[in-house]
Amino acid sequence: MRFVYFLISLTCTVSLIWALNHQWQIGNMKSPRLGYFLSPQQGFWQNAESAAADYNLNVKSPQLKGKVDVFIDQKLIPHVYAENDFDSYFVQGFIHARFRLWQMEFQTHVAAGRLSEIIGKEGLNTDRFFRRLGMVYGAEQAMQATDMDSSSKMAIDAYAAGVNAYINNLKPEEIPFEYKLLDYQPEKWTSLKTYLFMMFMAFDLSGRDVGTDLQMTNAKNYFGWDNFRQLYPLVQDSLDPIIPTGTAFSKPALRPQTPSDLAVRYLSSNDSSVATASLNEKFKPKLPDANNGSNNWAVSGSKTQSKSPILCNDPHLGLNLPSLWFEMQLSTPNYNTYGASFPGAPAIVIGFNDSIAWGVTNAGRDVMDIYNVRFKDELKKEYLMNGNWIMADQRQEVIQVKDGANLSEIVPITKFGPVLYDKEFNSPDARGLTLSVKWTATTGNAGIKAFLLLNRAKNYEDYVEAVSHWTCPGQNFVFASKGGDIAIRQQGSFIAKWKHQGDFIMPGTDSFYQWQGFIPMQENPAMMNPLRGFVSSANQKPVDSTYPYYLGSAGHFPLYRGIIINQRLSAMNNITPQDMMKLQTSNYNVFAEMARPALVKYIDKNTLTPNEKKFIAELENWNLQNNPQEKGATVFQCIWDSLESVIWSDEMAASKLTLPWPDSYSLLERMLKGKGDFMADDIQTKGKVETIQDAVMAACRKAIKHLETLETGNKITWSAFKDTYIQHLLKIPALSRLHLAIGGGENIINATKSNHGPGWRMVVHLTPETEAYCVYAGGQSGNPGSVYYDTFVNNWVEGTYNKALFLKRDAAAASDQIKWKMTFSN
Amino acid sequence: MKLLTSIILTAYLGYVVGVYTNFPWWFFVFSSALIALAIRQSAFTTFFAGFTGMFLLWVLLAFFKDVSNEHLLSQKVAPMLSLGHSSVILILVTGLVGGLVSGMGALTGYHLRRIARAIVSINLE
Repeated sequence: MRFVYFLISLTCTVSLIWALNHQWQIGNMKSPRLGYFLSPQQGFWQNAESAAADYNLNVKSPQLKGKVDVFIDQKLIPHVYAENDFDSYFVQGFIHARFRLWQMEFQTHVAAGRLSEIIGKEGLNTDRFFRRLGMVYGAEQAMQATDMDSSSKMAIDAYAAGVNAYINNLKPEEIPFEYKLLDYQPEKWTSLKTYLFMMFMAFDLSGRDVGTDLQMTNAKNYFGWDNFRQLYPLVQDSLDPIIPTGTAFSKPALRPQTPSDLAVRYLSSNDSSVATASLNEKFKPKLPDANNGSNNWAVSGSKTQSKSPILCNDPHLGLNLPSLWFEMQLSTPNYNTYGASFPGAPAIVIGFNDSIAWGVTNAGRDVMDIYNVRFKDELKKEYLMNGNWIMADQRQEVIQVKDGANLSEIVPITKFGPVLYDKEFNSPDARGLTLSVKWTATTGNAGIKAFLLLNRAKNYEDYVEAVSHWTCPGQNFVFASKGGDIAIRQQGSFIAKWKHQGDFIMPGTDSFYQWQGFIPMQENPAMMNPLRGFVSSANQKPVDSTYPYYLGSAGHFPLYRGIIINQRLSAMNNITPQDMMKLQTSNYNVFAEMARPALVKYIDKNTLTPNEKKFIAELENWNLQNNPQEKGATVFQCIWDSLESVIWSDEMAASKLTLPWPDSYSLLERMLKGKGDFMADDIQTKGKVETIQDAVMAACRKAIKHLETLETGNKITWSAFKDTYIQHLLKIPALSRLHLAIGGGENIINATKSNHGPGWRMVVHLTPETEAYCVYAGGQSGNPGSVYYDTFVNNWVEGTYNKALFLKRDAAAASDQIKWKMTFSN
Repeated sequence: MKLLTSIILTAYLGYVVGVYTNFPWWFFVFSSALIALAIRQSAFTTFFAGFTGMFLLWVLLAFFKDVSNEHLLSQKVAPMLSLGHSSVILILVTGLVGGLVSGMGALTGYHLRRIARAIVSINLE
């Protein structure tokens, strides 16, 4: 009997431990191992950092060449003073890992198509998509190309060594919170991961065509060429380009040959190469956000109070915790730079040094094209090109799956890029075609050198040399120097395209449809010290129609932020950094300024109920500011959105394929020209042809019904309606910052949308002693258990900035703002 | 006195075992069982001592972490485990998990002790 009791007791104990040590499937999430997670000596409690945490540290590593002091200020911003360049990147890697290790590894796992290793089979589609897109292939190409350049290789290898120095000394209980939650361990960092991270940024900023090219093809076939052109126009009437209209361009060095069968084979709506197989596969890739973009500008001393230039930059990307950005200073006897860095990569990406400041916005150019490739057979070893069968390279991708079997597949790589979609991996929009992706990011992109050189640049010539190394994603590099110069340059590897090349799926059997060459770098749009006293960019089309190369469909280029920035900068004089902060956080809605009269014109007030009249009055009396408390902004947005829906939804719904939603300017510019009736007819009502006026009235009624619900639910103020949040990378609400009372929105300089916006804001005044202000939507620590997890969020919401502490070594050592010190030596 | 001793010993050894973070988190189950083997008490008291020792240890350790952290992390973790926004409940659940495993370990130790005694008494006859 005693033995039986013992066995029962033992079994219960073992079962209990097993249950508490098991990850249970709950919905599509897995629980942590509860016993481990709750264990105060091992689990998450260890990440509950003391509010008075001590960040002092002494590190010894034989890899270091000298001694490094890191002074950490009260905002947890590290100021690194190294004796040589290698050590500076080593320590940057160490510090990124110290504060952001989980994020660095997670982001690069996603980029590498290794999500399934962490979350199991739910990650498989994303992993296959990224592998087939060539993310790992591209990172390897980039690494090979960069290895030729000793200084870039040194920086990236030193950075990796620093990350590993941190990981190697990490005790099991010290690993970041998210590892414990998801139950896995940090692995060794490699230089390849830095390239994977850069590939991820390239995808985020130039990867939308992987979906939009398919959708545009659908739209062209569905609407027919003439209607298609109306809906998705190439020309934007109100465009104010980066390089002012009227600037003369030199003759192009390259004239791409247009294929002779273009009209029948490519532009026609009865594209016979388009298969329409219906597929069960429901995978739709999550495309990069259409709003990924930025503002930057620089004003010359002729327009500032101090007579010194001011440079500003605010990149607009997904708003996440931990933030994409990490603020720091790096300095050695060779350089001294401060700004925003990417955890995962060496160097400062947006910032300033002792002589210059620089910033970036996305160029938005089309550098990714889709080809319809024809293989000889299912083996996909040979494909047709100009009538001959050509061997494709075969690349094996093995995806490891947590709690599951490995998935191994061969990805053929053709002259038209790696094969993304085929019978084994499909998406409804690919409709059974074998489609490959040609993308400049996978062609040996060694861009990190541009940032390493910018960090050291002393003048305009250095800046031009630095950015010349940048290939993908295309960026507008803005520049200002203490010498008084300002400049802007659209930089990247841009394909010299014939008109409409790459707007749609292209035939992948004919070399005429291949990329024929790249635009010579000196022909990229650029401008220095213009008479008007400023340069700016906001992702708009860089040039007017006299530029000798085709820029791609206009949908790549948002229009309105550029207009208002240039208007404001033209009108401003005696500018101070405070004026620039006000401009950067401006909530003025220039789109509404143009659209409101066009709407109101069609509103017949006699047919409105008193309540409807109240809302229309709200719209008419609105001050055009998308401030948090405004109701008019919500009324305008709801009516405009309803109008687009009333006009487009009926046609869209009749198509079974995914069609791109037309850009707002497409409708507005037609309305302003009195051509608003186009497609205003509701095709579901027979025997009646609706006009734009009918559509506006229908939109108003529909919107006002919604607005009434919003009003009852106290959700009618702009910030409550927009409901901005900063989301943890794992989408866990408790780790996110929700319901932020911030204004702004699409088409507004303060481009803060629901989960997207100017995550980093910077204003640099290039006075003899640099005066810089920064703020970002996050905090320096990636640990949700740290007080520094979201330190800057409230400032960022309010639109206030922190003055950057940019000191020489001795001054930093003596500064009362320095709270901790890390020392590194060999 | 025996009860108090075994509670304190359970907590103390549980803490010492826990310092070695390369071991699995549940390794204290052996120390709790060992104490039950060594100190003779009734089945209920043994379980109670094992439970209370680890419960108190984990509650105290979590409590000190939570206070110095100003409840930042517990306020985020509690809703993730569907425990509302209560740091106190999260700390008590933490203690409960440690206590249950330890108590069951102790009970197993108790039954092992009974077998051992039976074997010893048979040998003596």
